[in-house]
Amino acid sequence: MPGLLEPIRRLGHGMVEWVWRLGFATRFFFAILLHSGTAFRRLHLTLREIYFSGVMSLLIILVSGLFVGLVLGLQGYETLQRYGSTEALGILVALSLVRELGPVVAGLLFASRAGSSITAEIGLMKTTEQLKAMDMMAVNPLARVVAPRFWGGVISMPLLAAMFSAMGVFGGWLIGVVFIGVDDGAFWAQMQSSVDFRYDIMNGVIKSIVFGFAVSLIAVFEGYDSAPTAEGVSRAITRTVVTSAMTILALDFILTSFMFRGNS
Amino acid sequence: MNRTVLDLWVGFFVALGLAAVLFLALKVGNLSAAALSETYVLQARFDNIGGLKVRGPVRSAGVLVGRIADIRFDPKTYQAIVTMNIDGRYRFPRDTFASIYTAGLLGEQYIGFDVGGDEKMLEAGDTVRMTQSAVVLEKLISQFLFNKAAEGQENK
Repeated sequence: MPGLLEPIRRLGHGMVEWVWRLGFATRFFFAILLHSGTAFRRLHLTLREIYFSGVMSLLIILVSGLFVGLVLGLQGYETLQRYGSTEALGILVALSLVRELGPVVAGLLFASRAGSSITAEIGLMKTTEQLKAMDMMAVNPLARVVAPRFWGGVISMPLLAAMFSAMGVFGGWLIGVVFIGVDDGAFWAQMQSSVDFRYDIMNGVIKSIVFGFAVSLIAVFEGYDSAPTAEGVSRAITRTVVTSAMTILALDFILTSFMFRGNS
Repeated sequence: MNRTVLDLWVGFFVALGLAAVLFLALKVGNLSAAALSETYVLQARFDNIGGLKVRGPVRSAGVLVGRIADIRFDPKTYQAIVTMNIDGRYRFPRDTFASIYTAGLLGEQYIGFDVGGDEKMLEAGDTVRMTQSAVVLEKLISQFLFNKAAEGQENK
């Protein structure tokens, strides 16, 4: 009998733990907002974090964007060719990048490149009791450590997503126009006539901003909430990547469902 | 502490991001064309709008002169009421003919204005009187078959 009850007990414990952490994360989010003043007043703290999470992610974002664009160009051409409408390649590449792939893939890459390192840094600071030491010196770790990293991520993410999309369009152009020989004018003209600035591009940017908030919050929270041991930090990093990926994809579905209702 | 080098990199990063947004806005999107600065509203009633969509183009002589703002169904006359935002620079005569055309064989559908010769112009909020519905392919084919069948009868 006890053997049967054990899994149920563990499930209940897990659920309670999850709700507990969700509540703590919400309170943590508002605490960060409350202590954000320092992050902007001492701007060099935030700039440093933009450097670490944004500038250092440039290479992976640009290269991935280029390759995603190249693949879209090839696959799109292969399919469109059957319907004799290869000029629509520009539309296909641009819309899929700007609306979906740009924010989502950039978000996933950002979570694994920058989010994980933020979690590791804060988790290690907690393990080595640097956060406690700051508290002792009357320096609020939320304001000094957490908020700059959070805002650094929030600012970097939309910029990275835009670069990813731009690079992807360039990749699609490279394959479509330069290598395969789709007409250059038709490629851009068709793209421009059906990609709307407010409807397509702004909604993509809004998505990337939302993902930026989500990934940054998850990264700093998991680091701050990690168990102060080597194993705890490694678990926290895994959780950051897994939770970020799931959150990005779920949020993407929710945002898409009320941004793009198929009436374009 | 080499903060200046760091600032340079961050500045480079932000500039690159803004350049990407600008590229998306101007080269990929149609920020310049989408912003029809001043528009006025015209309406038209169609018996059948086919596959017409909101935000679809309104063209005259092939040039984009406006966009479709709204499509509604009138429960009294059983017609579709299409509301269009027309570029304020262009005025059209009262006897303008609004038809629904298809761009290419499988392309999107749009409203085309065939301009008449009336002296008076359509004002904001007016309704275009003369319209032609979308061509429904099934109807066309059945009409063709029907005519063929009728010809066959006569020849007997």
